Amino acid sequence: MSIPSNLKYVATHEWVRTEDDGTITIGITQHAQELLGDMVFVEAPAVGRKIKAKEEVAVVESVKAAADVYAPVSGEVIAANSELDSAPEKINSEPYDAWIFKLKPDNAADVAALLDAEAYQAVVDSEAH
Amino acid sequence: MGARMVDFGGWDMPVNYGSQIDEHHQVRNDCGMFDVSHMRVVDVKGDGVRSFLRYLLTNNADKLTQSGKALYSTMLRPEGGVIDDLIIYFMTEQWFRVVVNAGTADKDIAWMKQQASTHAPQLAITSRDDLAMVAVQGPNARSKVWQVLPQTKVSTEGLQNFQAADCGTYFVARTGYTGEDGFEVMLPKEQVETFWYELNKAGVKPIGLGARDTLRLEAGMNLYGQDMDETLSPLEAGLAWTVDLKSERDFIGKSALLANPPTRKLVGLILMDRGVLRGHQPVHTVHGIGEITSGSFSPTLEKSIALARVPKEVQIGDTVQVAIRDKMLAAKVVKYPFARNGKAVVSL
Repeated sequence: MSIPSNLKYVATHEWVRTEDDGTITIGITQHAQELLGDMVFVEAPAVGRKIKAKEEVAVVESVKAAADVYAPVSGEVIAANSELDSAPEKINSEPYDAWIFKLKPDNAADVAALLDAEAYQAVVDSEAH
Repeated sequence: MGARMVDFGGWDMPVNYGSQIDEHHQVRNDCGMFDVSHMRVVDVKGDGVRSFLRYLLTNNADKLTQSGKALYSTMLRPEGGVIDDLIIYFMTEQWFRVVVNAGTADKDIAWMKQQASTHAPQLAITSRDDLAMVAVQGPNARSKVWQVLPQTKVSTEGLQNFQAADCGTYFVARTGYTGEDGFEVMLPKEQVETFWYELNKAGVKPIGLGARDTLRLEAGMNLYGQDMDETLSPLEAGLAWTVDLKSERDFIGKSALLANPPTRKLVGLILMDRGVLRGHQPVHTVHGIGEITSGSFSPTLEKSIALARVPKEVQIGDTVQVAIRDKMLAAKVVKYPFARNGKAVVSL
C-alpha cells in the first residue's frame, strides 16, 4: 500500500491529517499496523487533556504486543474515536480511516514541520532489512 | 508463504503468515500445521532405561505399560527448580524417546548424560538432530495426515490421545500443544519440506508462533521460561499433576519439594474490563501480590486471558486487580483450561 501523500507523518509511525479548522487527526500507519498484527484494544486519551509533543498519549494493543502512540505535536485532545472500542480491527483493515484521536495544536508551524510522505517512506525503508 | 519471521533461540521462526487470529480459529475449527523442528528429539536406549527415567523425572515412568504410550513430565534440579518440561514415549524396555524444548535442549541433554554417567552408564543418550517435526493440529488434522501419508493409517488410526506409533520413516504421535486433536510427526530432515508442501496441497494451512502461543494459552498449557523455570517449583507452576509424590520412588528434586511446600499457585484469569493482560503485570489480591506469567487476547473467548502465579489462598471465582500501566483492572480467577476442542470451557 502506498503512503498517502496528503498526510503528514512522524518517524514513530503516526499519521497526521490537518482539517480545515486547523485541528489535526491522528492514527497509526499501514506499516505500523502490519508490524503489530491483529489489533484487539485501543486506549485513547481523555478529551481535554493537554499534551506535549512526543508524549505517550494512546496505546494500541495487538494480540502479540502493546505499542504506545505518541503526540505528534503539543496541543489539547479534542476528540477520541470511540468506534475503536468495539472495533479495534478497523486499524488493520483501514489504517488511514481508523483515526485514534484529534488534537488542537498549540502551534500550526509544528504540524507543517512533520515528515511528508516521501520522508516517511525513507524511514520505513531504513527499517526494512 | 508470506510469513513474518522472528528470531527464536537462534531459529528463524514464523510469527504469523497472515492474520494471527484467523490462524488460531483455523486450528480450532479445521486444522493447521506448525513447523516445530526446533524441538529436540532425544532417544534413550539400553538396559534399565525405565528405572533411569523413574529417577530422573517427576512423573512416574512406571505409568507407561503399553508400547507407544506417552507421559508429560518435568525434570528438576536437586533444589526443585524446573530444568524443562518434556514428553517421554515408551517404545520398548530398551528404548524411550524424549521430546524437549528447543531453548533448553543442550542443557537438558548435558544434564541427562551427567545423571546417566553415575546412575546408568550403560545407556546411550542420542540427540536426534537428523529428525524434523511437524505438528498437524485441529479436528481434521488426523484425516489430512492420512491423506498425505496413507501408509501410516493402519498403525495410527487406533492411537489414543498421548500415544505414538513408530511407522519406520515416520514417528507419529497423537500429541500437541493446542488443546485440539492431531498428530505430531517426526521424520527425517531431508523429507520435511516435501511433507510440508504435500500437507499444504491437501489444504492444511501453515500456522505461526503467534497463534501457537494463544492456542496453548487457551488450552492452559505452560510455556517453559515464561510460566516456569529453574527458580520455580513445579508445584507453584500448576504442574503438581505431573509430580508423583505418592509412591515410594525417589527422584531428583523430590526431597526439595517435600521440604518446601508451595505458597503460591498458578490460576487462570479472565479480564473483566477492556484491555490486554500481559506477562509480568502485578496481580493484587486480598492475600498478597502475584504476577501474570503468560497473558494475551483469547480469540475463542474474545476476551483477554492469562495464567498468573498468586498466593495459594486465592480461590476460583475471586476478583483480583491487575495493574496495567496506570490503571487497576478487574479480573476473575478461573480454573483453566480456557478452551479445548474448538470451544470455550470457562466464562465470566
